[in-house]
Amino acid sequence: MELEQIARNIRREIVIMHARANASHIGSALSIVDILTILYFKVMNIDPKNPNFKNRDKFILSKGHASSALYATLAERGFFAKALLESFYMDHGQLPGHLDKESVPGIEVSSGSLGHGLSIGVGFSIANKIDNLDSHVYVLCGDGELNEGSVWEAIMFASHKKLNNLTLIVDYNKLQAFGKTNEVVNLEPLKDKFLAFNWYAIEINGHDFKEIEKALLIKLDKPKAIIAHTIKGKGVSFMENKLEWHYKSPNKEQLQQALYELNDK
Amino acid sequence: MRDTFIKTLIKLAEKNEKIFLLTPDLGFSVLEEFEKKFPDRFLNVGIAEANAIGIAAGLALSGKIVYVYSIIPFVTMRPFEQIRVDVAYMNTNVRLVGVGAGLTYGAQGATHHAIEDIAIMRALPNMTVLCPSDPYEVEKLTIQTIEHKGPIYMRLAKKGEPIISNISNKIKIGKANYIQKNKNSNIAILFTSNASDIAIEVNKKLKKSAFESDLISMHTIKPFDYKTLETIISTKKYVFTIEEHSSIGGLGSIVSEYIAESKYKPIFKKFSLPDEYSHYIGTQYHIRDKFDLNSEFIFNTILNFLSKNKL
Repeated sequence: MELEQIARNIRREIVIMHARANASHIGSALSIVDILTILYFKVMNIDPKNPNFKNRDKFILSKGHASSALYATLAERGFFAKALLESFYMDHGQLPGHLDKESVPGIEVSSGSLGHGLSIGVGFSIANKIDNLDSHVYVLCGDGELNEGSVWEAIMFASHKKLNNLTLIVDYNKLQAFGKTNEVVNLEPLKDKFLAFNWYAIEINGHDFKEIEKALLIKLDKPKAIIAHTIKGKGVSFMENKLEWHYKSPNKEQLQQALYELNDK
Repeated sequence: MRDTFIKTLIKLAEKNEKIFLLTPDLGFSVLEEFEKKFPDRFLNVGIAEANAIGIAAGLALSGKIVYVYSIIPFVTMRPFEQIRVDVAYMNTNVRLVGVGAGLTYGAQGATHHAIEDIAIMRALPNMTVLCPSDPYEVEKLTIQTIEHKGPIYMRLAKKGEPIISNISNKIKIGKANYIQKNKNSNIAILFTSNASDIAIEVNKKLKKSAFESDLISMHTIKPFDYKTLETIISTKKYVFTIEEHSSIGGLGSIVSEYIAESKYKPIFKKFSLPDEYSHYIGTQYHIRDKFDLNSEFIFNTILNFLSKNKL
């Protein structure tokens, strides 16, 4: 299957899940779909049949409110049946709004409180080095999440330990709970911040498959930050770059419109 | 206690490669031997407690047994929400080891005192809370932390405490440790953690006045040994608790909550610290006196109870 088609499948599942569940954070989920598609279908060493094999690459979704994107990606990749996606947010369901590692296979870390994922990723990276595992750790965090001080504690420590088996992807969609990210707390110059903390840093278009893959495959002797410029609500025209879709879920008509836009062309 | 802990951990780490020790830059002159022997398994993560807990969880999720060592407020309260999510919620094999129980750090001031730690740590699901009373309990409990599944908080005092346990006693997580047992006595004194010296003194004073008492170290606050507590409140007329912790949420709270729901109604009094921060300057013993948490006050109060209610 083509990557474009996989990403469209994932986006379709996301909008259906949010419409059915009346759940918020649809925009946050849609902005990371292309990154997840490349990670789970091109780059990561994973096995849906044997999700816990020792040498696997590990992915941490630190912005746990975008859980629906990870659920839909894992289902598309075959970690569990797509029918389970219907239970997102539901009474008697199996998939909570924020990630619980005990819910389904393939979820490495429970998350939902911001600023935790990178520290846990540092722990994974150090364990991989001690155990001589050729296993890479990918952490995806939100741009607003960089407001959390603990992230910078982890950034400082990761380069101190030269963790070249660790990649942080920043979903730079420019919107957070109260408005524009850089109007809430200015992150810029963001790339320079990572460079000053002794990381490798690269800015990419977070919706360009080739750019994402190329950035992910760079080999280094230090930790890597990929600042992925993304669009909140990407793929559904009326949701793109709109803060309200941090909170709203689509009604019937909006769902039809979204699915029409996400149809295979 | 802290020297016993680190000596025991070093012995265990020689045989078990999964053992890791993390510190947010505290434990100078205590942790060096571990660092020297196991440089790959020792991490000073810098003065960054939230990061320390996250890293510990990541290591534990990778199959390691991880001890995070610091002064109690900095290893329990500063990163509390990291503990809640990364350690308790995910049920990881992280062991939080805090030094400076209660007023141990006396003159250093209230930032370094630990009077709320038992209450907040025992409120966390999955968390085991260990509050050893002497180096013997520290050693025996530390050994058991290796095989234990799920997170643990261990509250240590400082160095130099005497051994008060009977060496023949089996120390087990979740089981009360009888320091003194007398089936003819009508009094039980339960204590925990660094209140052991107070309890021993109170017991001596009672003996001098010809009162026999049971003396029990509750080194495990969670899971609490309710079976032994049931035996105590069903057979003793007077039950007292002593702890160097706030009156809210500690040993006295646990015992009083249990009594309130039981059919037994012993006469009960808890001895603890008041719900306030110390602004007194001086040693642990000086501040204890200011808060009436000493053997003399407790003995006199107990005597008052005994004289009012004939044995």
